[in-house]
Amino acid sequence: MNESSAGRSGFPPAYLDRVGSSFTDFLGSTAPDLLPGRRPIPAVPMGDIAPHGTTIVAVTFEGGVLMGGDRRATMGNLISSRDIEKVYPADSYSVIGIAGAAGIAIEMVKLYQVELEHYEKIEGLTMSLDGKANRLAQMIRGNLGAAMQGLAVVPLFAGFDLDAAAGSAPGRIFSYDVTGGNYEERGYAAVGSGSLFAKNSLKKTWRSGLPADQATRTVVEALYDAADDDSATGGPDPVRRLYPIVYRVDAEGAVRLTDAEIAAVADTIVTERADADRRTMDREA
Amino acid sequence: MTMPYYASAEQVMRDRSEYARKGISRGRSVAVLTYADGVLLIAENPSSTLHKLGEIYDKIGFAAVGRYSEFESLRVAGVRLADVRGYSYNRRDVTGRIVANAYAQTLGAIFTEQMKPYEVELCVAEVGETPERDQLYRLTFDGSVVDEPNFVVMGGQAEAVTGHLRENFHVGMGLADALKVGIDALSAVSPATAGTGQGGHTRLSAEQLEVAVLDRRRPKRAFRRVVGAALHTLLGDGQTAPEAPEAPTTAHTPSHPAPGTPAGLGDPAAPDTAGGTGGDYDTQHAEDGGEG
Repeated sequence: MNESSAGRSGFPPAYLDRVGSSFTDFLGSTAPDLLPGRRPIPAVPMGDIAPHGTTIVAVTFEGGVLMGGDRRATMGNLISSRDIEKVYPADSYSVIGIAGAAGIAIEMVKLYQVELEHYEKIEGLTMSLDGKANRLAQMIRGNLGAAMQGLAVVPLFAGFDLDAAAGSAPGRIFSYDVTGGNYEERGYAAVGSGSLFAKNSLKKTWRSGLPADQATRTVVEALYDAADDDSATGGPDPVRRLYPIVYRVDAEGAVRLTDAEIAAVADTIVTERADADRRTMDREA
Repeated sequence: MTMPYYASAEQVMRDRSEYARKGISRGRSVAVLTYADGVLLIAENPSSTLHKLGEIYDKIGFAAVGRYSEFESLRVAGVRLADVRGYSYNRRDVTGRIVANAYAQTLGAIFTEQMKPYEVELCVAEVGETPERDQLYRLTFDGSVVDEPNFVVMGGQAEAVTGHLRENFHVGMGLADALKVGIDALSAVSPATAGTGQGGHTRLSAEQLEVAVLDRRRPKRAFRRVVGAALHTLLGDGQTAPEAPEAPTTAHTPSHPAPGTPAGLGDPAAPDTAGGTGGDYDTQHAEDGGEG
């Protein structure tokens, strides 16, 4: 099999010319319509007709960082999905969780994953954790127009810092606002409609330097508390066997904890809460 | 009256081919071999930062010889093509054939339309789910693309290396065996290993090699560089690796150059780096000139 071809096709000039290692910038110059935030959006509020994802929680533990999210997406007062996934690995050593307009958010996560991998392939090395956090901020900034129409996306980003100085905590968490503001959080953070309740829960349960299993419990418990008081956050669902999604990032990389593992933690929390309720509340009388 | 300058198309093409061939033949060789669990890429390359082997996409790898600046821009274009396609379609829709076609057309257009052809030879390797579905595409400076079974050799002494491999290569070898066969074939012709006195060749050492695999057993991204302790172990050097072994996931380990090295220049003493001000062939002109 031997064919010789000398057509005009092949790589368009931009593929060979431009120097740069950002996939987003490259798309911006060659196929801008593929980018979220570059499309015209009707000038009417769209918040109620687009599914929205809700609560995401992240905590550090002794060897890294954990991130968890509930499984509910809402559309106005409807539940549009019971099993949506809102926490994703961004690359081998970082994870991203999203709250806000689900369609745009998932597209943004997809773009962000390619962005990090693209840089890694072109440069031959991994972007620094601060660099990754900054790239995400720029992506959120580009979405401000849509955010004003009710399609805000607010991510939570966490990763294991391979360049962390000896003795400092390698797990780091970054939160964002709709304008692209990027804030490093100490210890724990939450975003989404149930974040207020989740943070209140973490305030009581989380301590710095927890081992992984205890930190996992604080994450699941915070999501339980958020679901308790926020209608847009889903709790553990033993009927459909749907439990929060939790990722752990440590020196070994990012791994998703198994459903069985999370189910066991959630069941323990539910049982303990039920026991406490029976002991302290006299509801039958 | 002045005679208008005229050269026949045939003459022009022949001159360009000769020019490109000369450039490529100065380079050291690269071998790409299939083995039981995937595809093995071996390059003789003393630089640890200016790679001849690279990752294009999940299952697709890249190997090149020739002028570094030219094949590097082709590599980047390949990564961009694969990433754009994977992003706008699906990751499974990116195949080695698409990348190889784009390279063929680009190289062909450059060869016919520009004064100076690219002095490069490329191999696009794709690892399949089974050994039968592994693909090796070899692309030459004029845009020819050949789908080769089992192995591809490119560079200066490609013929001699191919001869060695024909004798020793077996389908379905393990990684260590395939690496040994590949390195022996490269070592036999490399000027860097030309024996002192007996005329024999020693084996290329880990420091003179760049090795990578496309491992079909890896879940998503099959490409992995084999460096440091892992390479020494595979080579069966017996020598214990230096205290700090490379992290297992080398794709994610920042490869810091040695302290004191200017960024991006690699080892200034190694002629294979682009740090020099002379021609940026990836080779050592003076030493490679003589046949080994």
